[in-house]
This record gives sequence, structure tokens and C-alpha cells, in this order.
Amino acid sequence: MPVIARFEVRSTQYLDAEGREAGPLPAFAADARALVPDYRAMVLMRAFDAKAIALQRTGQIGTYASTLGKEAIDAALGAVLAKDDVLLPSYRESGVLMLRGVSPHRTLLYWGGDERGNVFPESPRDFPFNVPIASQLPHAVGVAYAMKLRREPRVALALCGDGATSKGDFYEAINAAGIWKLPMVVVVVNNQYAISVPRRMQCRAETLAQKGIAAGIACEQVDGNDVIAARDVVGRAVERARAGEGPTLVEAMTYRLSDHTTADDATRYRSAEELAGQWKNEPIVRLRNWLASKGAWTPADEQALGREVAAQVQKCVEAYLKTPRPGPEQMFEHLYARLPRQYAWQVASLTEEAEDHVEHHAG
Amino acid sequence: MSNITLVESINLALARAMEEDESVVVLGEDVGLNGGVFRATAGLQKRFGAERVADTPLAEGLIAGMAVGMAAEGLRPVAEIQFAGFAYTAIDQMLNHAGRLRHRTQGRLSCPMVLRTPCGAGIHAPEHHSESPEAMFAHIPGIRVVYPSSPAKAYGLLLAAILDPDPVVFLEPSRLYRRFKEEVRDDGAPLALDEAFVVREGSDVTIVSWGAMVHSSLEAADVLAAEGVSAEVIDLATVKPIDMETVLASVKKTGRCAVVTEAPRTCSLASEISANVSEQALLSLVAPVERITGWDTVTPMFRLEEHYLPSTARIVAGVRKLMEFQ
Repeated sequence: MPVIARFEVRSTQYLDAEGREAGPLPAFAADARALVPDYRAMVLMRAFDAKAIALQRTGQIGTYASTLGKEAIDAALGAVLAKDDVLLPSYRESGVLMLRGVSPHRTLLYWGGDERGNVFPESPRDFPFNVPIASQLPHAVGVAYAMKLRREPRVALALCGDGATSKGDFYEAINAAGIWKLPMVVVVVNNQYAISVPRRMQCRAETLAQKGIAAGIACEQVDGNDVIAARDVVGRAVERARAGEGPTLVEAMTYRLSDHTTADDATRYRSAEELAGQWKNEPIVRLRNWLASKGAWTPADEQALGREVAAQVQKCVEAYLKTPRPGPEQMFEHLYARLPRQYAWQVASLTEEAEDHVEHHAG
Repeated sequence: MSNITLVESINLALARAMEEDESVVVLGEDVGLNGGVFRATAGLQKRFGAERVADTPLAEGLIAGMAVGMAAEGLRPVAEIQFAGFAYTAIDQMLNHAGRLRHRTQGRLSCPMVLRTPCGAGIHAPEHHSESPEAMFAHIPGIRVVYPSSPAKAYGLLLAAILDPDPVVFLEPSRLYRRFKEEVRDDGAPLALDEAFVVREGSDVTIVSWGAMVHSSLEAADVLAAEGVSAEVIDLATVKPIDMETVLASVKKTGRCAVVTEAPRTCSLASEISANVSEQALLSLVAPVERITGWDTVTPMFRLEEHYLPSTARIVAGVRKLMEFQ
């Protein structure tokens, strides 16, 4: 019987776990100094993440989803997206949002239980944090469809996790993107766990990238802990999309070095040995080793950066802490463009209730 | 002015909206070359092109989710779900995203989309093609649910839904699609959303209904008139939010209220209206509010659908009960 189709899935890595070059680098990395901004962003992300966890542990924000270990993917996306592109994040994307210009205090507001955490004045077309798994991917199809209809050279880039690839929304979206050859990129951040369920329990396939084959779209895997590889692969995908060459599915391999969220305890389902092994593969040391080997980064630079990010993080925390609580009427303020008169009494009633509450506590 | 059916009025409103605003796009299964399984979108693709009248892959969750993305990016999508019985996977998007996007971004993004779907029983369709899920949609904050009962209302309300800056679920009574014609003026004028219509004035009892049941209610009012009972019939038209002012004004006049819906009884909109009337017009009532509804069972396949749907006789019997209450 004839073979009627054959497929292959490529995987890209430029820097190994120690930061040694695994092969010839792409042109943008010819001068190592070009990667210094990525490194600085990654260090800031990690410092911010540690502070957010500390704020949760001390009751100053609610449940928080850590970004520990995925900094290279966030930095890469920040580097390759244009300002007018649209990012459709999941809930673990505060790193890339920083690089979209969104002040990280928004992330603290979001996990601090305030809708204003989804107000991104600096990147107003980007979608908000998205909690229901994979449901942002159909939105990306609609966004990319609108861009294509209006002949705009823009790209919709959606992120999701490995667990999301098991959902119908994921397949429905990449399938539709293929049909219309949309300017859309989906990056699967494969951090190996959907809360406690390991990657092997999501799908029998060797890679998640190959799910794109069934949708007839370009797909590849990349070492998501190697910022050069992630920038290269996602960057090419974004530029193909922008040039009208259609969508791409990128599986970015990484590892969730944190618990799923601050409400999780990963020691229940994975070993200390496994975690220790994965720390040898994390993205920041790898990039620092490479930059240092190129003479683009020194211990003095590292010290200065440490002081700088500490100050930046502190500024974010202050901006968060000094944001006053919203009034209860915020529940209705933006529910509709104009609140139907039928619900006006509820706003009045809850405002009155809140005033009584204040008086009760004061008196 | 032309004398047209309800499905033709939908088509006319879509064409008018697409003509007037190039950001209006139509999407759904079979809506393109085929013009939709009920022909609601007939001729639109030829006139406006395949990009603005898009046949989608067969995935209802995608259709609704795509519409959310399009709307957030500035288009005015009008998405069709082929039958209300297939809209359940789209509820995820309507509930988690369409109704929440404006609120959860504090007005930064919005979702001016319309999700159209044929609704209700009585057309001898296959299983899953005769559902009445309006209460499920009406439970979703941040959206509107509109359910026209005639060609002229369908035209004006659909234009209003498309112009509205927030998401609207637009339920079309499939058994009225071709049941009668009405004069419709293609003037691009929207009807007001959130407002009920008094479609027949009366003094003894208020019958509240929407969609195809408005006609059964009017038939019942004719029968009751012959018995000397004067029924006022209200067509809600927008079932979320409900125009209770119009209902209450009528009930305060008549003292009696029946609510007619073909949806299952438990947690139906009839229950919501009954609760509101009881809360706000108790002292005007001379009898408890009567709910005349579909049964709390699966919408049956069509050999039994006439026993499922509230018939004129069932409505008349319900109103007689109100008249006889002591």
C-alpha cells in the first residue's frame, strides 16, 4: 500500500544547559550584547515572581501562579512581537506582559483580586489574563481573522499550556487558523505538568507540536529554556504569519520549577530528585554563562542588575499597595456599556449595604 | 414596504446591517454558499463576499469564541449556531468571555457580538433540533437575550442587537420562520431593546409570553374573549433584561398573571417573572401567578411534541383557573 503522507517535527536548540553553543547561532545573536536586554528582563521576571510569592505568603495578594522557569519563553515573545500585534495570554504570562509595557503592578492587582489588573493602558489591544483553559485560542482566531480581513500586517499570538492541548478549543482553533491561513501563532508552554498530571498523561503523541500536523499548519518544537532558540523559532513563526504565510504551532519545552500556584504543593506528585535535575536546565544561568563567555556580561553587571531589579520590584509593590480598593459599584460599572435600567436598583442597594457596613465598623 | 416571512426579515436585517457598516461580518456553519439551513443568510455571501460571510468549520465553541475575538478587535460579528440544541458548547464562551470581557477589563475591551440561533419546537425536526434554552442564556450576566415574535420585530430587534455595544443572544422562533408574513419596512430602523410590547390590550388577565408562544397566547386570548374574558397579551421581546415595568403595570390593572413558555418549567423565565410579580405586585393580585410551561422533561421527538408544547387549550385552561380562583 502506498504511503500517502509523511511528517517530521523539528526541534531547535542553540545553547545547551551549560550555555555552550550547540551549533551556529542565528544572525540576531551574532553580537551577544543583543541578548543582554533579554537577560535583564528574565532576571526582573524572576525577582518579581519571588516577591509575588512572598506577598501571597504574607496575605497581601491571593493565589498566584508562578512564572519560575519559563522566563526565556516570555523574554523571547517580548522580543519578537510588534507593538500592534495582539497577545492572548493564559494566566501565567506576567513576564511577557511586562515586555509588552504593562506595569507588573497590574499582575499584583490581578492576583490581589482586582479586575483593574486586566487594564493594560500600555498595550490596550492585548487580551486579559485567561483562566479557563484553552478558551483564549478561539479568541485568537477571531482576532487574526479581523486582522486579515482588514489587510493589516499584524499577528495574534496566543499562549497556552501542555494541558490545554487536550481540550477541544485548542484543536478547533488551530484547525480554523489553518483553513483561513490566519496570521496567528500558538505557543504551547510545555512545562510538563497540568497541576499534578504529567505530560505523558495528556497525550500519547511524542510531541505536542505534531498536533499541528492534523490541522495542516506549520509546527515545531523548541527548547523553551534557550532564549536564542525561542526567539528564533517564535520570531520566524511571527514573521511568516505577518507575511501572510499562515499560522504556526510552537511547542516550547520547559519545566515548571514552582508549584502550579501558591495553593498547590508539588511535593505530592513529583520527586525532589526530578526537581533538582530540572534546576540544572533552567534558562537564566544558561544565558548568563553564554553572555559571560562572550564578554557581554560581568559579575559587576550582575550586581548592578540585582540592585536595579530590587528597586523596580519594590516600586511595583508600592504601586500595588497604594491602589485603593475599588468601591462595590465597580461590580456593575463596566458590566454593560450602559447598565440596563432593570439592574440599577441592585447598584443602589449594594452601595447602601456597603455604607451600612462601613458605619457598623466605624461605630 | 414588503410583505415577508420572519426568516426573510432576518435576511433583510443582516443585509441592511452589512450594507451600512463594513465591520459587520456573518459567520457560522453553512451560512455562505448554502445561505444557512433555514436560508436566513441566503444571497449574503454573493453580495458581500466570502470574507464577510464566512462558512466556519463545524465547531460551535469556536464560532462563539471567534466572535468574541472579532468583536474585541473591532468587528461586529453576527454568528449563527445552526440550532439552539447545538449551542451548549457555545455557552462556555458566552458565559466565561462574551458576558465578562468588558467587566473584567474594566471597559478596555468589549464584545459587540450577536449569537443567532433558531429556537423552539413544533417543526417536526430531528432530535436535539427543538430546544428552548433561553433561561440558560438569561442566567448569564453581561449579555442580552432577545426573542422576536414576528417579521417586523425580528427585523428591528436584530438591527438593534447588531448595533448594541454588548453581546446579544438572538433566539429565532423556528416555527414562525415561514408561518406568516408581515409588512416590514426596510428602513434600517432598530427597535428598542429591553422593552416589552403590549400586543393585545385587555382588562381581566395579563398573559406574558415571548417568541412563538406569543401567537398561542393571542389565539388563547381570542378563545377567552368569546367566553367574556378580556386578556392583555405582552410580548417580552427582550427576555434578558426583562421589562418588568410593562408587566407590572399590566398586572396592577388586571390583577391576574399567566406566563407562557415552551421551555421546561423548573427555573424557567416563567419562574423568574412569577417571582417578580409576587414580590412587586402581590397586593394587586387576586390569584396566584400561573405558569403555563413545557414539562420538566426532555424536549420529545416530534411524534409527541404537540403534547409537550403548551397548546392554546392549555393556556385557556390556565387562564380559566385564574378566573375561577377564590
